[in-house]
Amino acid sequence: MKPIVALGTSFLDWLEAVGRAGIFLVQSIFRVPVRLNEAINLLIKQLYSVGVLSLVIIVVSGAFIGMVLALQGYSILAKFGSEEAVGQLLALALLRELGPVVTALLFAGRAGSSLTAEIGLMKATEQLSSFEMMGVDPLRRVIAPRFIAGVICLPLLSIIFSATGIMGGLVVSVSWLGVHDGAFWSLMQQSVYFDTDIMNGFIKAVCFSVVVTWIAVYQGYECVPTSEGIGKATTRTVVLGSLAILALDFVLTAAMFGDF
Amino acid sequence: MTETYIKVENVRFSRAGRTIYENVSLSIPRGKITAVMGPSGTGKTTLLRLIAAQLAPDSGRILVDNQDVHTLSRTDLYKVRRKMGMLFQSGALFSDMSVAENIAFPMEEHTQLSHDTISQRVSDKLHSVGLRGAADLMPSELSGGMARRVALARAISLDPELVMYDEPFTGQDPISKGVLVSLIRQLNDSANMTSVLVSHDVEESLSIADHVCILSGGRVIAEGTAEAIRASNDPQVKQFLNGEPDGPVPFHYPEKGGDLERDQRGVAS
Repeated sequence: MKPIVALGTSFLDWLEAVGRAGIFLVQSIFRVPVRLNEAINLLIKQLYSVGVLSLVIIVVSGAFIGMVLALQGYSILAKFGSEEAVGQLLALALLRELGPVVTALLFAGRAGSSLTAEIGLMKATEQLSSFEMMGVDPLRRVIAPRFIAGVICLPLLSIIFSATGIMGGLVVSVSWLGVHDGAFWSLMQQSVYFDTDIMNGFIKAVCFSVVVTWIAVYQGYECVPTSEGIGKATTRTVVLGSLAILALDFVLTAAMFGDF
Repeated sequence: MTETYIKVENVRFSRAGRTIYENVSLSIPRGKITAVMGPSGTGKTTLLRLIAAQLAPDSGRILVDNQDVHTLSRTDLYKVRRKMGMLFQSGALFSDMSVAENIAFPMEEHTQLSHDTISQRVSDKLHSVGLRGAADLMPSELSGGMARRVALARAISLDPELVMYDEPFTGQDPISKGVLVSLIRQLNDSANMTSVLVSHDVEESLSIADHVCILSGGRVIAEGTAEAIRASNDPQVKQFLNGEPDGPVPFHYPEKGGDLERDQRGVAS
């Protein structure tokens, strides 16, 4: 009986945690700012911290992934005499899959872990309690700006990632491997559709942004306020965030492109 | 007769299966400094968090200015908290704000005062804690004693009716301790505040407290003026005040089902 009881208890605990996290998400989104200019200032600060400071890793990773894709794609396509289609391959792979997914994974590692650690440390140093004691809701002052900034930044970073990836692939395939640049761009233009490819990739990035940022701020807010607790919460953000991205990607891909 | 500002009535509170308070009742008089003392782990900080309604009791009630704080809505509770100031043990200064911004923050959030008026008030508050020259420093640039004084200036920035001090003397050098002791007395008297001081620093606390309450084993073991507490013949009170290792208050944390746990249950009952 004991294993069954333990399983049931674990499931109930998990269900309770999911419920708590759901309430937390709703409360974070619908907390109304008291002063608009203060809310904008807080948001700008977080947009810089979450978005601008993530630019370097996104641009560098995007460029390298684009270059590797071009090399790999060229070596296979050349066997069939279709090396000009490398642009098409690059664009579709980046816009539909790699752009949103890799950006979200990098975002979970860079910005997500940073959000969790920052909020966790604020909890450990009683700054969150301090807000509450002053009659200031920490969800409105601390959590909401970070959550909204994450949701805005990730889709934009995903677009930048895909753009730099294509530029990286262009350099390798056109300048290095000798693919005709006209063919590179025209085949890409012919095969990429705004509605199905660009928009679906963007919707994926928006979904990932909500999930990753939600996990990051929730883990920080609910962590045990000790150095060990913050460390574990930061790890959970990266692990749970990455798994959630990959699982959600499968579901979204099946829904968007699974109509064979 | 002194009016009661905070009334703790038959409060029971437990956490992680451990009973912190067993039917605790006490009164905190208005306009006075009340020192809540007791051995480490006895739940002194928990009492402050219960008064501020950051924690809820299992049973019993806590009245602050005749309002049961645990039955208030979130909005009403935040309104009541604006009449409270709290000096946290760690200072809890906002690390992304300068000293002046930390002190201005409660005023910016809760008042319609102009920027110039807030600046003037920040300057006054900093002057009252002797740190007018530190306005532009960041919390990371302050010493422990300075941070505690800045946190005190922030706690009183809205001129609250009640200020709660959580272990204000812990980790302070003798000079900082002396400064804090006189500041707490001076602020309480000049602004007619009610102060609740949680500490296990016996001499400092007894030197400024008008009313003292000693907690141990989940209950109030003594309550009264500093003089009455000093004159108490209760063995637990005497052991605590004199810092004696042997006595009814055990030094060792109880083992499960061990003699110490049985002894403690005997003390608590």
